[in-house]
This record gives sequence, structure tokens and C-alpha cells, in this order.
Amino acid sequence: MMFKTCSVRLVAIFTLLVSSPLIADELSAFDKMNGQLNIAGGTAHIPVMKKAARQIMGHNPKIHITIAGGGSGVGVQQVAKGLVDIGNTGRALKNKEMNLGLNSFPFAIDGVAVIIHPQNPVDDLSQQQIIEIYQGKITNWRELGGQDRQIHLFSRDEASGTRSVFSKKLLKGAQLAANANIVPSNGAMKTAVSQDMGAIGYSSVGYIDNMVKAPRYNHIMPTQEACASGEYPVVRRLYMNTKGVPNALTQAFIDYIYSEQGAKHIQSSGYIALDAQP
Amino acid sequence: MQSHKLTLKQNSWMQALLMTLVVTSGLLLFAVFCFLIWFSLPVFFTETTSVFSLKWQPEQGHFGILAMVFGTLSLAFISTSVAFIIALGLNSFCLLSRRRWLVALLRSLLRFMAAIPTVVYGLAALFLLLPLLRNGLQLGSGYSLFAAVCMLILLILPVICVMLDNITTPLWQQYALGAQALGFSPEQTYMQVILPHCRVNIGGAALLGFNRAIGDTMLPLMLAGNATQLPSGVFDAIRSLTAHIALVIATDQGGEAYNSLFASGILLLMCSACICLLSRYLMGRHRLEQPE
Repeated sequence: MMFKTCSVRLVAIFTLLVSSPLIADELSAFDKMNGQLNIAGGTAHIPVMKKAARQIMGHNPKIHITIAGGGSGVGVQQVAKGLVDIGNTGRALKNKEMNLGLNSFPFAIDGVAVIIHPQNPVDDLSQQQIIEIYQGKITNWRELGGQDRQIHLFSRDEASGTRSVFSKKLLKGAQLAANANIVPSNGAMKTAVSQDMGAIGYSSVGYIDNMVKAPRYNHIMPTQEACASGEYPVVRRLYMNTKGVPNALTQAFIDYIYSEQGAKHIQSSGYIALDAQP
Repeated sequence: MQSHKLTLKQNSWMQALLMTLVVTSGLLLFAVFCFLIWFSLPVFFTETTSVFSLKWQPEQGHFGILAMVFGTLSLAFISTSVAFIIALGLNSFCLLSRRRWLVALLRSLLRFMAAIPTVVYGLAALFLLLPLLRNGLQLGSGYSLFAAVCMLILLILPVICVMLDNITTPLWQQYALGAQALGFSPEQTYMQVILPHCRVNIGGAALLGFNRAIGDTMLPLMLAGNATQLPSGVFDAIRSLTAHIALVIATDQGGEAYNSLFASGILLLMCSACICLLSRYLMGRHRLEQPE
């Protein structure tokens, strides 16, 4: 018995000794650091940021990382004012925002896809159909081969990066019907659509799971692979933005996101990792 | 003698301090007004912007907030009128009912309701009321003026009720016996004596409830659907001015969408300042009218 426990311990210690350099390699940059890192902005980024923060804070409890949502607009505003260290956006910075002295770090590719209730039988929508749905011209699922049920439109708030990509690349600037319900985040969109048989909304591909269903778009399934290969066209990059040159902790965090482990977090959140730009 | 002098000194010192505080807070409020007016002036007086139109389509360059103004007003009017009627009923129950334990329970319940954060109401409605509207009654997506009104009634009911209670209870104690001696039934006393006597103050209480309904953000944001349209019925989605501010605040500064916030802000502030002054005036007349 005694021998058994000892050997288990020994094996454990041995494994730790052998494997720790491998695991801690990317986290060792945080070894001697402490302080607070505040992150805010795009809601699509939150799953990646959370996974990274959990690893880093677990490795070094002296580092405290806070993550808030708010949308791309909030990300830009707060990082420009110096309220947060990293402001996330789901779109490239506008010229006006570049002039505030912000640095952009694109780290992932994300698709924006239409989502509907999982029990909705419709599973293929063309771009033209989606445009007409969002313009309010098609108002019943029957017209799309579904059940006789009114379509409930859901869209995002005006400051959303997801909305700007959806509006530009999928709706091609078509006018949104005035009766569309507006929800303030990707999470709220998923909740709203998953509860409503007649709902249609759109969200970041990373948020799609079995709570909602993504119909094929022009016969293409909006999966990670289709986004990566460029087969699915409604994609965008996810950016981290800092004001000026980032401080040591912020830089270490950004490097970690670009590391192999960071890429794993990005992958498991449903996005495609990008390499660091020189 | 010595101590008396000290108190006087302290007194004048306290008065000066209080005066400073009063003046500072007054100035701050004034500064808020000036600030909002200053920032919203360009919005109101530029030819290209169309703040006073019904169209809100930021992608197409339309930034009208009239639909939101209408949304706020309809929300506040409907919820205040319904809440007011319920409040009158509850108030008469409090005064007339012989089951005093039930009245005590009701009063403490109302005071408890006043302390519930609006987000709790919003969350409860999101998972209880909306599915009922959507699946049970088949009334669209459920996000509607109706849902927001239902929860706003719960929000402003305690405000109006507690105020009505404070107004009518002393009057009741003063007049009930005399009215009974003259042959009034308790119901008649309430309808013919108490209500007419404090008509004006009751109006003031309703206005305060109205003000609360205009200013609330969380409930319309979570429940009203935030669609920028003129509703054709109570089961249509609307967007209130407060929810509009909450949704658009994150857009880039200096853009037209952002500037429409200042217009919304000044409209809301003016609205609630007017109502506040009016209800103050109405409540103040009570003291003058009271016969002694």
C-alpha cells in the first residue's frame, strides 16, 4: 500500500518534471509578472480571451485579468481612452480610429452566419432569400419551404462588428426592415433565437452549437473549414487593439494568443487562428 | 453660556457647509443641462441631419429618433394609466378593508416591490412572460410593447401606491369619523370626500410614476424588442429613448448615430424635469389647501 502511494507520487513528480518545461514554455513568459490586465469590447472574442485568461491566471495568480463585453464600438472607445489595456473589435479599425494611435493585432478569422431554431426544417437559404427576409419582403417560413409560421427578425445593435460584417458582406447594404428586433450581444442573439421557433438571426460562427442551427448559405455549410478555405465568404478578422506600444504584460498576453496554445484556444472556440503579423 | 456660543458657531458653520453643498449640486445639474444643450445644438440646427424623422437606418444614413420618442411616450402612458387604476384600487382596499393583517401584508409587499432591481423583473419576464406570449398566445416573437408595459406596471405600482397611501391615510383619519356621523358609508367617504379632496396630489403621484416609466432603461431594452418602428398595436416591438441610448452609446464618437444620443438625452432630461417640477408644484399645493 505504502509502496503503491509512493510510486504513484514518484511517477507524478517524474511526469511533472519531464512535462513541465513543455507545458510551461508558453506560460513561462508570465512567471515574474504581476498586475492587472483589462480587456473589453467585441463579444465574439470573449470565449478565446476567457480560456487564455484562465490558463494565465492559473499559472501565475499574481496576474489578474478582467474581461468585459460591450461590442466592438466599446472596445475602440475604451482602449483609446486608456480605460482598458486591450480593446477587441470584430472589424478593422476605421481611419478615424487609427488616428487615435491604436495598434491592431488580428488573431483569428471568424465567419458570420445566419442562425435559426434547431427544429426549423429549413436548411438551405440563398443570399437573395436572406436579403429579402431581412428587407421584410419574405415574412413566412412557408415561402422558404418551412412550416406556416411568421418569421421573427433579429438583428444586432448599431455598434456591433458582427452587424457591420453581416450588413456589408451578406446583405450588400440592403435596407433592414424596421420591425427587426435588436439584441445587444452574440450571446443574447443565441438565447433569443434558440427560444423562438420562428426566429432568424445571425451570429459569429464560434457561437453556433446545438442550441441553434445554421442553415447552408448558397449550399455552403458555414463551418470553420469553409471559412478558412474562403469557400464561405461572409468572414471577418477578429482584432485585439492596444493604444500605442503595449506594456510588458499586455505584450505577453498578445504573444500568448499568437502561440501554439493560443491557437488551440482559438480553435476550440470555433475560430481559425492567424499567425502574428511581422 | 460657553457651550451655547459654541453651538451657535457650529450652527453657522454647518449652515455654510450645507449652503455650499446646495449651490454645488444646483450648479452641477445646471452644468448637465448646459452640456447637453451645447452638444445637441449642432444636431438640431444642421440641415443635413434628420433627427426629427421616423426613419432610423444607420447603414443608409437616416438617423431619425421620432419613432423612439413615440415608443417612450406610448410605453409610459399605457403603463402609468393601468398602474394608476390598480393603485387606486389597492389604496381603497388599504383604507377600507376590515382584514387589517391583509392590509399590513399588502403594504409591506409594496414596499418590498419598490426595492426589487428592474433587471430581475426583466430576466423573469424573459423566461416566463415572453415564452407565454410567443408559444402560448402566438403573438409574434413576444418582444413587444405589451411585455415591457406589463413589467413597467410592476415597477411603478409601488411608487404610486406608497405615495397615494401617504396622501390619503392622514386624510382618512381626519375625516372618516365625521363622514360616518353624517351618514356616509366608508365607500362613499372614499369616493366623495377623500378622493376629491386630494385630486391634485393624486395627479402628482401619477406624474411621478410616469417619470419613473419614462426613465427606465433595463425593461424596454430587454423586453420591448428595440425595433425602430411605429407600433401598429401593443404586440409590436418598439424602442424607447433610454434603450436607444444604451444601444447606440458604443458607436464611434462624432458619428451621426452618436450625435443622435445627445438629442435623445436632452429630450429625456427636459421631459423628466418638466414632469418633476409639475408634480412638485401639485404636491406642494396640498399643504396650502389643507384646512386647519
